[in-house]
This record gives sequence, structure tokens and C-alpha cells, in this order.
Amino acid sequence: MSGSRVKLIVLQALVAVVVIGIWHVGATVPIGGTYLLPKFFFSTPGDVALRVWTLFADGTAKIAGCTEPIDLSRLLSPSNACIGKTVWQHLLITLTEGLLAFVIGAAAGVVLGFWLARNALMSAIFDPYIKMLNALPRVVLAPIFMLWLGLGIWSKVALGVTLVFFIVFFNVYQGVKEVSAVILSNARMLGMNERQLFAHVYWPSALSWMFSSLHTSVGFAIIGAVVGEYLGSAAGLGYLIQQAEGTFDTTGVFAGMVILAVFVLLVDWLVTLVERRLLVWRPPAAVGQA
Amino acid sequence: MNDTPAAGAGMIQRAGGGTAAGDAAVRFRGVAIDFALARGGRYPAVAATDLSVGAHEFVAIVGPTGCGKSTLLNAAAGLLQPSSGSVSVFGTPLVGLNTEAGYLFQQDAVMPWKTALDNVAIGLDIAGVARDEARNRARAWLKRVGLSAFADRYPHQLSGGQRKRVGLAQVLIRDPKILLMDEPFGPLDAQTRQIMGNLLLELWAGDRKAVLFVTHDLEEAIALADRVVIMSAGPAARILGDHAIDLARPRDAADVRLSPRFHELHKAIWAELKTEVLKAYGGEAA
Repeated sequence: MSGSRVKLIVLQALVAVVVIGIWHVGATVPIGGTYLLPKFFFSTPGDVALRVWTLFADGTAKIAGCTEPIDLSRLLSPSNACIGKTVWQHLLITLTEGLLAFVIGAAAGVVLGFWLARNALMSAIFDPYIKMLNALPRVVLAPIFMLWLGLGIWSKVALGVTLVFFIVFFNVYQGVKEVSAVILSNARMLGMNERQLFAHVYWPSALSWMFSSLHTSVGFAIIGAVVGEYLGSAAGLGYLIQQAEGTFDTTGVFAGMVILAVFVLLVDWLVTLVERRLLVWRPPAAVGQA
Repeated sequence: MNDTPAAGAGMIQRAGGGTAAGDAAVRFRGVAIDFALARGGRYPAVAATDLSVGAHEFVAIVGPTGCGKSTLLNAAAGLLQPSSGSVSVFGTPLVGLNTEAGYLFQQDAVMPWKTALDNVAIGLDIAGVARDEARNRARAWLKRVGLSAFADRYPHQLSGGQRKRVGLAQVLIRDPKILLMDEPFGPLDAQTRQIMGNLLLELWAGDRKAVLFVTHDLEEAIALADRVVIMSAGPAARILGDHAIDLARPRDAADVRLSPRFHELHKAIWAELKTEVLKAYGGEAA
């Protein structure tokens, strides 16, 4: 058991070694006089690692030149050239945006999902509009949100909300619709009224569907935040990557990507912990992913 | 197998329509049930049926698969409105759900998101019983069904038989006057079924609730019930026979199957049931 686990970890590490090795060789060793992966376009693994290290180790590392002291109280205010200068603050801003997008999107999705699932007429009326909105590529909404909400965090939150909302909405809708008829009949025979059915049957069922999509919706909340930042902002990981790109700083772009990937992995791991705690009643196979 | 219909017929006592009208826990009067078909028209599931279950009587309904036994049970529970005829409960016409009845379903009906203890206590919780008292009484019920050690387990951590025990305790903790059971032990293996049968008889012996027990297993029906009612194959299923089971109580659901009287009863009732089972399977089984 543990032997196969060790083997798996070794094989997983091997994939990273091979990929990074090819990258390193392609970028630093000329083959037939040319570099397969020119530094200008691909940077090198060493440079990227060094950049990530400096960003974190030197807490005062600036992305753009700004000498003002950091004012935490202005962290969440609309864009300001001198806030969010350290990578920690960029992370904090992206995290805040993602979190707000998730909470608002999930709350709206749960409420509307419940309402439409329990109300056949409303469901039928709104069905084409919901399908239409869901089919819309959300990126095109970003400029509109910036126009409405400015360059601060709220335009990014709004973009994340449009992504999270539909995932949660469809899952809750499905969760309420697909409550087992037997469990429902049983609950009624045990004497539950509508309010009690909601608390003891519909709600737990819908929640389990929502939590099964937690990985996806949290991921989308962060995607919404980063894409929003990338398209126009003065802070956050998306901004960090966009700034680096604007100065042809390939190393900076890759460093931003690495930080983003690790950040998402950490968030995903936290979600797994939350999920294990909340879905303890589920058979292990259904929790999956972990 | 010798299944000449005449062989045991003389031994069978035809039971009447049950006890006096006021006494009957559940009484069906001309109950017919049909369902609307997707392509239009209606499918007659159950033809006009008269049946009554006495206040302390254990009645089993036996019939081939798909004959409308469960449909009849759902009408008794109030989950289904008869197309014609009426159901009365202790002499009162049934309107809405049957609040006097507890229902044990064939499929797993316990809530997967609640522990065994919370599942058993839920009937008391929603009736407004204080949390601690509900838990104490639920613990006592888990003990009676032999699950003391499993109070904190979730349904997926229990075996099929254990989940049935939780379901049984969940229904009985509310102390219903009528127990409706829809092939409750159907999905279990043979040994577990007999153990569950004995558990049911043991719990039932305490206060002898009225029981309407649907099964397709004739042996199980004879082993458990006071009366065995045979239903015909659908569509328009109806009651074919009503047999009193005069086996002594208390019974052991497994041992009773070895007694000569059990064999006589089985032979006589099976003769009647067999033709219906063959009908239900069409020419296939012939």
C-alpha cells in the first residue's frame, strides 16, 4: 500500500523533472547553433524560480516603482497606483475577489436554484433566459462590469459571480429536483411539513450537490478574479502577470503563473478539507476527487 | 412438485372480510386505482377491491411482480388517491396522508445525510420532542433493533440489513397504530430476511399493531401473517383469495417453515398463486 504510494510520488516527481529538464536544456543549450526554447520567449526554469523566490523572500519587492508605505486600509478601495505592491498583497487581493465572487455567486445560485426548482411556472418562464445567459462567454462581460463598477475589486467580483452563479444554480436546481422520491415519501409519512422537508430533505440534498461542485466553482471564482485583473486593474495576480507581459518580462509572466498555480492548488486542498468535513455522510467513492 | 389445487383446499379456512366495521384499522371499499398513460388513455392498476385489516391483525398481501400490491399500500398510506372507492382508517374516511400509519419502504428510505441515531430520532424531532429526550428514546430503539454500537454511523457505513433496522426503528419510534410494509426485506439475502422477520415478529408481539405487509414471497407471508391475501396478476389486479394462517404464536419465522401445517398452507395457497404468477410472466414461464 505505502510502497505503491511512494512509487506514485516518485513517478509524479519524474514528470516534473523531465518537463523542467527539457525546458532548461531547450532554453540554455544551443542545438545546432539555435536555442529550441529561446530565453526571450520561454525564460528559464532557474530564472523563474529565482524570481518567485525574490518576490516572496523580499517582502518589499516592488512590481512597479512606488515608494509610498503600504496602506492596508486602502487595500480594497478602488484602484490606486500605490496599493498592493508586494506579492502577498496581490495574492490577498485576488483571494478577496475570489472569495467574494464565490460567496455572492453561491448565495444567489442557492436561492434562485431552490426557488425555481420548487416553482414549475417560474422555472418554465426563466428557462430560455438562463440558458441564454449561461451560453454567453463571460469574458465579454468584463468591459461592461469595468464600465459599471470601475477598476477596483468589484468589477472582478462581478465577473467571478457570473461564473460561480451558474455552476451553483444548476447544481442546486438539480439537487432539489432529484431528491429521491422514496426519501421524500418516507419523510412525509414520518410527519414532516413543508418547512421540515426543506430543512431535513431538500436542503441537505441540494447542499451535497453544491459541495460536489465546490472544486469547480471555487476554481471559477479565482479564474473570474484573475481574468478581470488581467483585463484592467491595478492590483492582483492577473495584474502582476499583465504588467510583466507589457514589458516583455517573460520571467515575470512565468513567475506569476507559477504563483497562481500553487495558489490554486492550496485553495483546492482547503476545499477538499472542507468537503471531507461537510460530506462525511457520503460514501467515499462519491466524494472522489480528493 | 405436487401442486394439485384440491390437495390442501379442505384445510384452508376462508377468512371473512376481517373484523367489524368500526374495528378495522384500514378498510378498502371498492378501491380501484388507475394511472394516466403517457400516450393517453388510462392503465387500470387495481380493480375494485374490498379488504379490511383488523386493529391487531397482521395481513400479508401476496401476488406476482407488478400486480399492484404496492399501489394498494400507497392508497392506504394516503400517498395515492384511489380513482374510485374509499379508504377508511379506524372508521374515518382517509383524507390526505394517513397519520396513523408508519410506512416501511422497499428501497432505502433513511436519510443518507443523517446518522443512524438522528434518522431514528427524526420522527420525534419534527413532532417537537426535546432534543435530549428524542436522542435517548432513539438510543433505546437502536438497542431494540440491535444497533446500539452503530448510532453514529451514516447509512452508507451500514449493511442493507442494518439500514432496514434503522428504517424499522425510525417508523416504530413514532408508535403508529398501523404499520404498512412494502416488501421491506425484499433486497436482503435469505438469511437476513429471516432474521429481520423474527425481529419484526418480536417487536410486533409487544402491542400487535395492525400490519399490512406486501410481499411476493409466499413463504415469508405465511411465516409472519395472520391472514394471507392473494392478488391476481395485473392489469386490473384483484383479490383472489383470503387465507387465515392458524399457525401458533409466538412463531419463529425460520423454524415455523419446517412444521407440517406450514407445508399444508403453503401447498394450498401456492396452487392458487401459481396460475397468477404464470400469467404475470406471460407464456415465458409456461
